[in-house]
Amino acid sequence: MLKIDVEKSLKAFHLNTRFECESSGVIALFGRSGSGKTSIVNMLAGLLTPERGEVVVKDRVLFDSSQGINVPPQERRLGYVFQEDRLFPHLTVRKNLLYGWKRAPKSERRIQLEQVVEMLGIEALLERHPGKLSGGEKQRVALGRALLANPSLLLMDEPLAALDQARKEDVLPFIERLRDEFDVPIVYVSHSMEEIVRLADTMVLISDGRVEAVGAVDDVMGRLDLRPLTGRYEAGAVLSARVSSHDSEFALTELEFGGGTLRIPLLDVPTGTLLRLRIRARDVSLALTPPTDISIQNVFKATIVAIGGETGPQIDLRLEAGGAAVWARITKRALMSLNLEPGREIYAMVKAIAVDRHSLGRVTGPDRFLSGE
Amino acid sequence: MVSLTPMELEALQLSLRVAFFAVTISLPLGIAAAWILARYSFPGKPILDGIIHLPLVLPPVVVGYLLLVLLGREGVLGQWLYRLFDITLAFTWQGAAVAAAVMAFPLMVRSIRLALELVDRNLEAAAFTLGAGHWNVFFTVTLPLIAPGILAGSLLAFARSLGEFGATITFAANIPGITQTIPLALYSVIQTPEGEFAAFRLAILSVVLSFTALAISEILARRLRTRMVG
Repeated sequence: MLKIDVEKSLKAFHLNTRFECESSGVIALFGRSGSGKTSIVNMLAGLLTPERGEVVVKDRVLFDSSQGINVPPQERRLGYVFQEDRLFPHLTVRKNLLYGWKRAPKSERRIQLEQVVEMLGIEALLERHPGKLSGGEKQRVALGRALLANPSLLLMDEPLAALDQARKEDVLPFIERLRDEFDVPIVYVSHSMEEIVRLADTMVLISDGRVEAVGAVDDVMGRLDLRPLTGRYEAGAVLSARVSSHDSEFALTELEFGGGTLRIPLLDVPTGTLLRLRIRARDVSLALTPPTDISIQNVFKATIVAIGGETGPQIDLRLEAGGAAVWARITKRALMSLNLEPGREIYAMVKAIAVDRHSLGRVTGPDRFLSGE
Repeated sequence: MVSLTPMELEALQLSLRVAFFAVTISLPLGIAAAWILARYSFPGKPILDGIIHLPLVLPPVVVGYLLLVLLGREGVLGQWLYRLFDITLAFTWQGAAVAAAVMAFPLMVRSIRLALELVDRNLEAAAFTLGAGHWNVFFTVTLPLIAPGILAGSLLAFARSLGEFGATITFAANIPGITQTIPLALYSVIQTPEGEFAAFRLAILSVVLSFTALAISEILARRLRTRMVG
């Protein structure tokens, strides 16, 4: 279990963060820049001391102001991957990787150098110094260094933020592999919805140092009241779906989710794989009767649950399709002319190519996020 | 091959010994002082900073005189050193080393402090999260990162010690074979009639010595730099 209940006055606001969740899988701290995410992670790591509160990781009390407990960072055994790589410039990659490993108690060295080097593909870099590496390579070494400390929890503070888009795409798969192959829970800080949808199971929504919501990524993203914080432009639903078949003739992959079948461009994943994907609200259109003779490949039945109160020409509708939440963004004119209201059954349409491929992530946690099961 | 006269050889050996010990004494103290000045702020900090820099601005003779008052056999601290440990500094080569160390100290501290201020504290924080304690972080991260600054500071202090004259002659006097370093020997031969040639030889010796020190430090610095970037 992970428990945080901390208070501290920062420059911009008074941070007062409190949440509890299972310490397994990827726990994402999401919020705008300057919302206090990094401060929270630093308090977990022991690099920042709260004025009051409690920090508990896996039943170990790391900080408790009422009992005067404050475990120093070097004894917390949490791995930290920073925004910048923070590799030691005077040590080779190998020595950087082993820095934390050597300082971990012998009995807790489950993860070994060879495993990590192989997973990150950094054999060729071992004898080099960090100064000679590219940004993506440095961040991979930094991941390895934190992992090799054999921590009880890995902290990642926007590990991709300092990289350009191409490098991000290079490093993300390694974070996914790290999540899938090593049994180390991760607290992942980001303000990128794409990364969170792709990596995280649990989401903690932070605003001005306060927790606005905690829960499964799908659930938090599906809440209408959180829309100002989860972002209007990026608005969309997060669905969990299982790969049911591949259609090589048309290069399509079929996914099953609570509301029916989705066809998206061919994916290189085995059937049966559980995926998480995001469907943006602006890519969903609605019809009152089952549409025929159209190019759109994905049509499923849904019920209108709620209608947003936005001012302006467009409006967001929350739909429910077999237990899964889906968003649709349409014009107010369409809303009026179709006479839509909560409780109404409609047909939702999604273009096959509209599915946000960058946000496709494998679901690692239990099936609790698969709606409709 | 030019050979050195016994007096020159003695002065050379003494100069090297005095400079070497001056650096050895001031290095750990210099690192500690630089650390305090770079990392902490406290009420008396400007005063401490001023005291450390004093030898840089005071006439060396004054420093020598103050050392005599403090550390002479009848001095404030000197009498205790003599009574308790049977240590005499005034008019000995050890005294010359102390005088040189005091004169060189501000140069050493400035150089190390500058290096410390340039260290990315985030690297130290990263080392803490990887399980290293304070001393461990200091020896495995901070110290290697400031090594070029320590090297530069040590060289400056070494060169300054080789050239020390005023404080040394006041505190340790000019005794051949005991406290007569190259600059003091040069001063003595200039005072004697027809000593021009001997003075010229000592001047050349001094130049060669300084150049060698500079070359050695340059080689070390280059080695450090290549180690940093691989």
